[in-house]
Parts: sequence; C-alpha cells; structure tokens
Amino acid sequence: MDPATLTEKAVDLANQAKALANQAADLAAQAAQFGGPATQHQPFVALFTVFVLACFVGYHVVWRVTPALHSPLMAVTNAISSVIIVGALIAAGTGKFQFSEIMGFIAIALASVNIFGGFLVTHRMLSMFKKKQK
Amino acid sequence: MGHNLAAFLYLIASVCFIMALKGLSSPESSRAGNMFGMAGMIIAVLTTVASLEISSFPMIIAAVVVGGGAGTFIARKIQMTALPQLVAAFHSLVGLAAVLVAAAAFYAPEDYGIGTVGDIHAGSLIEMGLGIAVGGITFTGSIIAFAKLQALMSGAPLVFPGQHYLNGALGILIILLIVWLIFGQTVVAFWLLVAVSLALGFLLILPIGGADMPVVVSMLNSYSGWAACGIGFTLSNSLLIVTGALVGSSGAILSYIMCKGMNRSIINVIAGGFGTDTSAAGAAKAAVDRPVKSGSAEDAAFLMKNASSVIIVPGYGMAVAQAQHALREMADILKKDGVKISYAIHPVAGRMPGHMNVLLAEANVPYDEVFELEDINREFSSSDVAFVIGANDVTNPAAKTDPKSPIYGMPILDVENAKTVLFVKRSMASGYAGVDNELFFRDNTMMLFGDAKKMCENIVKALA
Repeated sequence: MDPATLTEKAVDLANQAKALANQAADLAAQAAQFGGPATQHQPFVALFTVFVLACFVGYHVVWRVTPALHSPLMAVTNAISSVIIVGALIAAGTGKFQFSEIMGFIAIALASVNIFGGFLVTHRMLSMFKKKQK
Repeated sequence: MGHNLAAFLYLIASVCFIMALKGLSSPESSRAGNMFGMAGMIIAVLTTVASLEISSFPMIIAAVVVGGGAGTFIARKIQMTALPQLVAAFHSLVGLAAVLVAAAAFYAPEDYGIGTVGDIHAGSLIEMGLGIAVGGITFTGSIIAFAKLQALMSGAPLVFPGQHYLNGALGILIILLIVWLIFGQTVVAFWLLVAVSLALGFLLILPIGGADMPVVVSMLNSYSGWAACGIGFTLSNSLLIVTGALVGSSGAILSYIMCKGMNRSIINVIAGGFGTDTSAAGAAKAAVDRPVKSGSAEDAAFLMKNASSVIIVPGYGMAVAQAQHALREMADILKKDGVKISYAIHPVAGRMPGHMNVLLAEANVPYDEVFELEDINREFSSSDVAFVIGANDVTNPAAKTDPKSPIYGMPILDVENAKTVLFVKRSMASGYAGVDNELFFRDNTMMLFGDAKKMCENIVKALA
C-alpha cells in the first residue's frame, strides 16, 4: 500500500470517529434533557415514604413532650411550619418581576413574621420556666 | 450549589427541627431545642437562597426585614395572657403563605420544575389543590379563632339551621374543584378553589364556642402543618414534607389530648354549639335561690394560714383577671408560714394547651410545684384547702355522678375531697358548659365573690 492511500484512509477514519463523537454528544444532550427533570422530580413513592416516616417520628417525639410545655410546643411548631418560606423564596428568586414573584415576596414577608415571632415568643416562654430556688 | 449538597443540607435542617421538638420533653433541654429550631431554619433559608438569582436579593431581604421586624415587635410586646390569640394569628399567616406559594407555583411552574403553564404534572396539581384547600381553611379559620379569643366577636357558638349540610356541601365542592383543577388547569378553577376553601374556614370555626378554643387552636396548628406538607409534595421538597408532617402530627396529638380532657370526640367539638342547651340554662336559673356560704378575704386568709397544705386550682378566670402575680405573692407568704403549696392544672384549663403553666411560670412559680391532673388528684383528700381561682367546670362532680350532664365523663380535679374548698368567682354564673356546680352549695365550700386579682391582693393584705 502506498503512503497516499494510507493517509486517505486515516483521514476517513478520523472523520468517521468525529461523526461518531458528535452523535454521542447529541445523544448525551438529549438524555440530559429528558433525564434532567426526571432526576430532579423525585417519584411520588419516595416522597410519600419520607412523609410516612416523618409522621411516625413526629408522633413519638410529640408524645414525649411534657404537658407543661404544650404552649411552647405550639409556638415552636408554628415557627418551623413557616419553613414554607423555602417555596416562597424559589418563586421570588427568579429575577423576573411577574405575578408569581409578587406572590413569593408577600409569602416571604408573612412567613418571616412567623419565623421571627414564633421563635422569639417560644424563647420568652421557655426562659420563664425555672426550678425552685433553694 | 449541587443538587446533592442542597438535599443534604435540607436533611440537616429536618433533623434540627426534630431536635427542637425533642428538646421540649423537659424544661432544662427546651432552650437548647429552640436553638436547634432556629439553626434549622437558618440552614434551610440559606441553602435555598444560594440557588437563586442575585438580582432578586434586595427584594427578598426587604421582605424578610419587614416581616421579621413585625414578628419581633409583636413577640416582644405580647402579654402572656394573650398567647392563644397570638398563636391563632400566626397560624393564619402560615395558611395564607401556603396559598400564595401555591399560586406562585401555578402561575410559574417552570421555576419549580413541575411542568409548564397549562401542562403541570397531575401529581403536583393534586397536592397543590390539597395545599390550597388546607391553607385556605387554616387562614380564615384562624382569623375567626383569633377574633373569638381577642373578644372582637362573641365567644358564643354561632349556629344556624342547615350549617352542617352547608359545610358538607362546600367540602364536596372543594374535591370537585380539585378534580377540575387537575383536568382543566384553568385559572378559574384555581381561584374558585381558593375562595371556597376560605369560606369553609370561616364557617367551620363559627359554631365553636370560646372554651373549646384549645381544641380549635391545636387543630389549626395541625392544619398549618398539613398545608406545608401539601406544598412540599407539590415542589418535591422533602424538607417541607418532613416539617409539615412533624407539625401536623403535633397538632393532631394536642387536639386528641384536649378532647380527652373534656371527654368529647373531635367530631363533637367541630360540630360545635356546645353549652347552648336551653335546658341547662333553665336549671342554672332555678338554682339562684339556693343558699351558699360566702366569705371575705380575711376568712380565706385565716383558713389558709392555719392549713398545712393548700392546692391551688387556676382556670381561665385567673388569666382574664391577670391574677397570676398576686396569686404567687399570696402563695409565697403562705410558704413562709410553713404551708405546703402546690398547683393543680387541668388539661383544658385556659384557652390553649399548657396556657396555665406558662402564666404561672411568668409569675415565677417554680415548675416543680405545678402538677398535672393525674399526678395530683389523689392529694386533694389529704389537703386542707383547695383554692379554686377562675375555674369551674373542671371541678364539677356532676362529671362523675350525673349521666345526664353535658360534662359527664370528663376527668375532673377532685377538689371536693379537700377539707375546705374556696372558690374565687365573680358571680354565681355557671361555667362554659352551662351547668350548675353542686360544689358551691356544699357545707365545706366557701365562695369568695370578686375579681380574682383583687381577691388575692386582699388576702395578701389580710395575711400580712
């Protein structure tokens, strides 16, 4: 075989490899497009598992709360349920200024009232529970 | 921030919240628990903020400052007797926030990765619908509870014919609207669902009377948790789901404890109209003529000074009169004289679970002098004086003896077993349940008529 045909064949091969690589990249991009939201959006069963287990944890933890502290329990659960602020932040944090962002901002303000107010009033209550002085 | 790292930080925040509740198992560990709660919230917020557009930060910070400032101001100023209405008001905010977040997700689903406008995943829509329904009910229900507790409206149950049918119809309508929302995905369905949920919240709490508020407040506490849960499912956020489940089960357990404290089912409380029986009111009127023994502050002071042990039974009347400080002063003098003082708390005393404990703690009563019903009930028979201040129904022996009484079967504090029972009361009016208290007419009972705070102050004067 003469060197000319050899180079020709090598160039052909290189071109084929390049085309293959491009194809692979395209496929990967497509896979990412389909796979992206799927991995982000967890299946319902997984979330439901978390939910059921959390209910059990809540049940057992709350039954151990001493009745004397039921008022602080309410205040603190009220504060932590404002973790819904996470959803409000996502809405408000897109940098656009549309209806959903405005909803987000209002929700952030409302949840903040609860977070600050709830933890503070719990703290006030708990600091009053003292033992007998000897 | 990577998706895994964010999920991991959310997990840490969830654990912090669990630790916050766990800390409340004893007063010593409770303060650390509250710190865990705050830490969890800071982690959750910072983790979320890290993935947002920088350009939106000024507005977000402004919203947090406005809301946080208002919350801080309220929490610092609020009087401990006004705690129940404060908690009710806070619940309403969680409910409203849940509805607003659902609206944001409905109008911009791309931001949450749950589909596109008009093509949101069905699963997310179901959960969004539930979140809206529960959030809306929590919002308006809490407003009514707040108005009743703050005495902006009458605490009396508001009943009208066909009420339960109307509520039932609205409940079915909510389910239909959720179905419409899933298949139609229209703006009309969304806002109709919001409106009907808000209306149902109003109507649900209207018929429930003032003294049933401990159950209502616990129930709304539970709802606010489930609303957060619903939003968590919509957004596929496990932190929201875990926290919502914790809060939801906490409120549910408190409601159960409160119902048990009154020997009533949750259905009975929600159905409302309790204590409006005309027959009971008639009985109360007939009893006015019966003789009672009433005494003065000096008599009470004399009796308690010569006692070796006194059990104090506080009720909502003490909270209304703000008598806790004067009461503690009285107890201090008696303790100096060698009288053994303890406090007996009924589970449903006051207007929210644990209300009395907080008020006594505020007045510097050491928490190891304060006992729950089952821990102290046996001690009444060996005590000389039971000092009942602002409580009535929770001491009524009719709960044990009269099967026809509306409070029959309710666990009561056995003050009748004490050698002498002192009742501090403004008048002979019957309690919330509208039933007469047989104890008022007993030989070993002395009525101390007057404002609870004034009475305690007068007893202090007489003791000195």
